[in-house]
Amino acid sequence: MLAFAIRRLGQSFFVLVVMSFIVFLGVFAVGNPIELLVNPQADEAERLRATVALGLDKPILEQYAVFLKGAVTGDLGRSFVFNVPAIQLILQKLPATIELALAAMLIAVGLGIPLGLLAGLRPHSFVGRSIMALSIVGFSLPTFWVGLVLIMLFSVHLGWLPSNGRGETVMLLGVPVSFLTWDGLQHLAMPALNLALFKLSLLIRLTRAGAREAVLQDYVKFARAKGLGPRRVIGVHVLKNILVPIVTVIGLELGSVIAFAIVTESIFAWPGSGKLLIDSINLLDRPVIVAYLMVIVTLFIAINFFVDVLYSMLDPRVRLGSASTAH
Amino acid sequence: MLRTLRVALAAFALGAFSLAHAAPERSVSIGLQAAITSIDPHYHNLSPNNSMLIHIFEPLIARDPNQKLVPALATSWKAIDDLTWEFKLRKNVKFHDGSAFTADDVVFTLNRVPNVPNSPSSFATFTKPIVDVKVVDPHTLIFKTASPHVLLPSDLASVLIVSKLNGEKATTADYNSGKAAIGTGPYKFVEYIQNQHVLLKANYGHWAGEQPWDKVTFKILSNPAARVAALLSRDVQMIETVPTSDIAKFEKDANFMLADKVSNRVIYVHLWQWSDKSPPFVTAKDGKPLDKNPFKDARVRKALSMAINRDAISDRVMEKKSVPAAQLLADTFYGTSKKLKPQKYDPEGAKKLLAEAGYPNGFAMTVHGTNNRYINDDKIAQTIAQFYSRIGIDTKVETLPAGTYFSRATNGEFGYMLLGWGTESGEQGSSLRSLLATRNPEKGMGVNNRGRYSNPAMDEQLVKALVTMDDKKREGLIQAAAETAMNDTALIPIHYEVSTWATAKGYRYTPRTDQYTLAMDLKPVK
Repeated sequence: MLAFAIRRLGQSFFVLVVMSFIVFLGVFAVGNPIELLVNPQADEAERLRATVALGLDKPILEQYAVFLKGAVTGDLGRSFVFNVPAIQLILQKLPATIELALAAMLIAVGLGIPLGLLAGLRPHSFVGRSIMALSIVGFSLPTFWVGLVLIMLFSVHLGWLPSNGRGETVMLLGVPVSFLTWDGLQHLAMPALNLALFKLSLLIRLTRAGAREAVLQDYVKFARAKGLGPRRVIGVHVLKNILVPIVTVIGLELGSVIAFAIVTESIFAWPGSGKLLIDSINLLDRPVIVAYLMVIVTLFIAINFFVDVLYSMLDPRVRLGSASTAH
Repeated sequence: MLRTLRVALAAFALGAFSLAHAAPERSVSIGLQAAITSIDPHYHNLSPNNSMLIHIFEPLIARDPNQKLVPALATSWKAIDDLTWEFKLRKNVKFHDGSAFTADDVVFTLNRVPNVPNSPSSFATFTKPIVDVKVVDPHTLIFKTASPHVLLPSDLASVLIVSKLNGEKATTADYNSGKAAIGTGPYKFVEYIQNQHVLLKANYGHWAGEQPWDKVTFKILSNPAARVAALLSRDVQMIETVPTSDIAKFEKDANFMLADKVSNRVIYVHLWQWSDKSPPFVTAKDGKPLDKNPFKDARVRKALSMAINRDAISDRVMEKKSVPAAQLLADTFYGTSKKLKPQKYDPEGAKKLLAEAGYPNGFAMTVHGTNNRYINDDKIAQTIAQFYSRIGIDTKVETLPAGTYFSRATNGEFGYMLLGWGTESGEQGSSLRSLLATRNPEKGMGVNNRGRYSNPAMDEQLVKALVTMDDKKREGLIQAAAETAMNDTALIPIHYEVSTWATAKGYRYTPRTDQYTLAMDLKPVK
């Protein structure tokens, strides 16, 4: 198991280095940041001065070498635009995104699994059909549009919820969070629901399919025949057995929900890292773009690692399997 | 939770004590389009920054809503001779920390401007012409320039004065944190969070008198729909840059008010004239390169201008929030010629001119433009392409994000390029110099001449204008240069953007040509 973990860490590191090079090349190819940074009214001398000041006069491989050298010590470069370390900028914005993502996943899991189970156990009832119809709607409507409809309904017409921003935050373990204040919760509700909708539909469908399959299995029939109550049959025998694929998907989706909260963040002006990325791309703030992608890649790798661990706790066969492939 | 409770209790207790005599706090929230990148007024020369920082800091000379120069920290200024300027400073002005403003602060500022580390776009352009500063007394300054520099007052209007006392060792980070963000302006700095908001409170001791707001919150709402929603739900009381598709809705609704004004920004086309070769993305209809550069022929340029129906673009693409353009600035600005009128739409005439120039069957080309930089930029490119198809030019359209587009346009990779230009000085001479003068980077001529248009006759008129100190005489020379260029279709002006602001009922904004959004220009109305 330890050898396997070490090998996996080595692979992860390799992925990180390759990613950094690809990202660096890609961002380099997009365009010259000087065009956007320097005021158009400025003269040639000023453009040249800025080019040198930002290190853009050096060839790309040299710039990459400088970046790698800094990255080893945890320095991912300074934002061209804000003149602060890129990583600091991202770490300042990341708590807001993670809070939003976790709230969304909480909604998705908290509603998705029970609703999916209900639909799976009663596939032909009115409730079951309604849940499925809802999940199709959740799948097919674009996040962007749903977000705007939510704002139009809850902010503009009803005036219940604020349309943008993060609201009041309090410090929890040194990180500002907004879910502990009423104002913060009000600000969090709509964007979290908006972001959750797609994942919610996904989890409903996944749980339903799993449940439908499981109830026909012999072990469920046997459990029933033994005279176990429906609560135990569903809670232990059905749910535990369908949880493995669901946990995998939750893990993967948690990564993507953090990485791709961009649309929701921009509609609700949620001050997270996704919005930072968009603004940085618009201004060609290369160090921030590269640092952001590195952080996200690291996050994905970490989440996948934890999913594997959780996996092996739910299903011992996985542990055996991974050990045998690792030799 | 606990904290909220405590705050609520405290507020309640305070409220109970002061209920009898406290006036309600007059606060206002404003939704901005673009992020503020710094509170350091000399770090990044970017319109959104300049617009924000003018609340906290002040220049010697300010610009009114029409970009006319008006006294601010200087009460008067005059050129003593071609190379010497005298500035008289305002007396009894105090910084936010109570210290007095004097000539030393101006000298300190001028020395700081070129030396801000890592600045992505420095303000040194504006201070460079000054080679010597003499303090005559605490409220009189003499500036010397190396050559006649008529734009000095205009340049200094872009330089915000910081305090020597607080700025001596201050870094950009100290300004962002508020430690050094101490100016003389009508509002004091409270808080700045990147990409999120800027909070200000009133400076009651300001020399110009009191402001109508005690507290101002600027929220960064870059998504246009989010900005509109924030106003509709009253999370903010004003937004800038109303999306054109929402203008009709606000116009009809009595709960909101629109304010708009022709801006200093022209949308125009540069035509590739780097050499006599066939320009990039311009070919014969069969795809073969042309034997010469059609854009070097004034008749072809004129035909391309005649083929564009500017009124249709203004009516249908821009919801009437644009004005057909004849030159580089709307004709209310300094140095513009009243003789120049927008080119009339004349597709038949355009065809005839093309035939005369040797292209009776037209040619093929691609219209290049941005898709996230100017108002409706991609729609304008599409519309223009349709007009060209009507006069027999096979036209394709390619629009790109600004980040990619500007680099490639600067490298001369496009033949027909749609661009925009805002004249911060408010006078046409500086635009002609940057966009149309024959390119000569050492002399600062043609810095943004991406088409490489060159006309010695216009250059001569312009150079003369740029060293003429007499305002009346200079204006005549700039007008003449503009007429020379525009009659030669040096570039194709499309329209001047109209900037729009929307306010909730009870608030009125005085719109500005420089597209700045200032709390000072927002007033409560009954």
